[in-house]
Amino acid sequence: MAKIVVITSGKGGVGKTTTSAAISMGLALKGHKTVVIDFDIGLRNLDIIMNCERRVVFDFVNVIQGEASLNQALIKDKRCDQLYILPASQTRDKDALTREGVKAVLDELAQQFEFIICDSPAGIEQGALMALYYADEAIVVTNPEVSSVRDSDRILGILQSKSLRAETGAEPVKEHLLITRFDPERVARGEMLTVQDIEEILAVSLLGVIPESQAVLNASNKGMPVVLDEKSDAGQAYLDTVDRFLGEDKPHRFLEAQRKGFFKRVFGG
Amino acid sequence: MAFFDRFRDKEEARSADVARDRLKVIVSHERRQRNAPSYLPSLQRDILAVIEKYVRVEPDQVQVDLNDDGNHSILEVNVNLPK
Repeated sequence: MAKIVVITSGKGGVGKTTTSAAISMGLALKGHKTVVIDFDIGLRNLDIIMNCERRVVFDFVNVIQGEASLNQALIKDKRCDQLYILPASQTRDKDALTREGVKAVLDELAQQFEFIICDSPAGIEQGALMALYYADEAIVVTNPEVSSVRDSDRILGILQSKSLRAETGAEPVKEHLLITRFDPERVARGEMLTVQDIEEILAVSLLGVIPESQAVLNASNKGMPVVLDEKSDAGQAYLDTVDRFLGEDKPHRFLEAQRKGFFKRVFGG
Repeated sequence: MAFFDRFRDKEEARSADVARDRLKVIVSHERRQRNAPSYLPSLQRDILAVIEKYVRVEPDQVQVDLNDDGNHSILEVNVNLPK
């Protein structure tokens, strides 16, 4: 049975696409056949983060509207043969996604893939609602910052009321919290919400904590999911997150501030 | 200037604590609104209209909350009347 996973957040700019790219590549590297779908119709960006922007011929909307077959639109990743990308349309609007159309595509994908990762657009409009509607599990990406936490709570409310699972009274969508752009030094100075604060406020089980890291921008510059930068803190944190998602018990890392020498502590730097 | 920050920390509330307290209030308020029946806003308007027949109150001085208590719900109406 294919598992449908939505990467969502409500707020924009918190790292949904970075997370979608990292987690889908991580799952594929572990040998699980994975497809990642860009639901951000009109503002596609997953293609450029995955470095396949020049290979897009047909897109998600073409498939829904019967203008292309699924296999024509799917792009096979050049670094990992277990990973495929279904890009969003750049020209249509978000209303091109219909429930029936999305269902037909997901049903067809479910026959060939183990994991279907849905990269949600920001907001709570049609594109975002469609991205989460058929989800079995949800990874809610949250920055340690008041507006992001509030929006995550809003999205959790929508998952609990407007998903197919909620509407049909099936087992609820399994929710995971992923905290990104976490800065342990600012937490130590009392300038940033702690992991425990966010967990307690949202009441969702913690899947991972990704540290604020220069590796993320470097990776996106090159069109490389950050998990491929295995030496980086963010890459390792995402790989741990994938392991936990697959049921492994891994301790959380990068939660403590690096210990600084005496001079740095006293005089800053 | 980490050296001087050490003195300042003690006096000012740490901003992370302020963030946490603000979030707890807003999130619990919004959750209650989300779970409330759809007629609650119009009920609130009607209650306000009745009160306004007798005394002038600002809309934000009326708070209508529905609290789920397991078997039943309790409708709580708080009105701050002007002196």
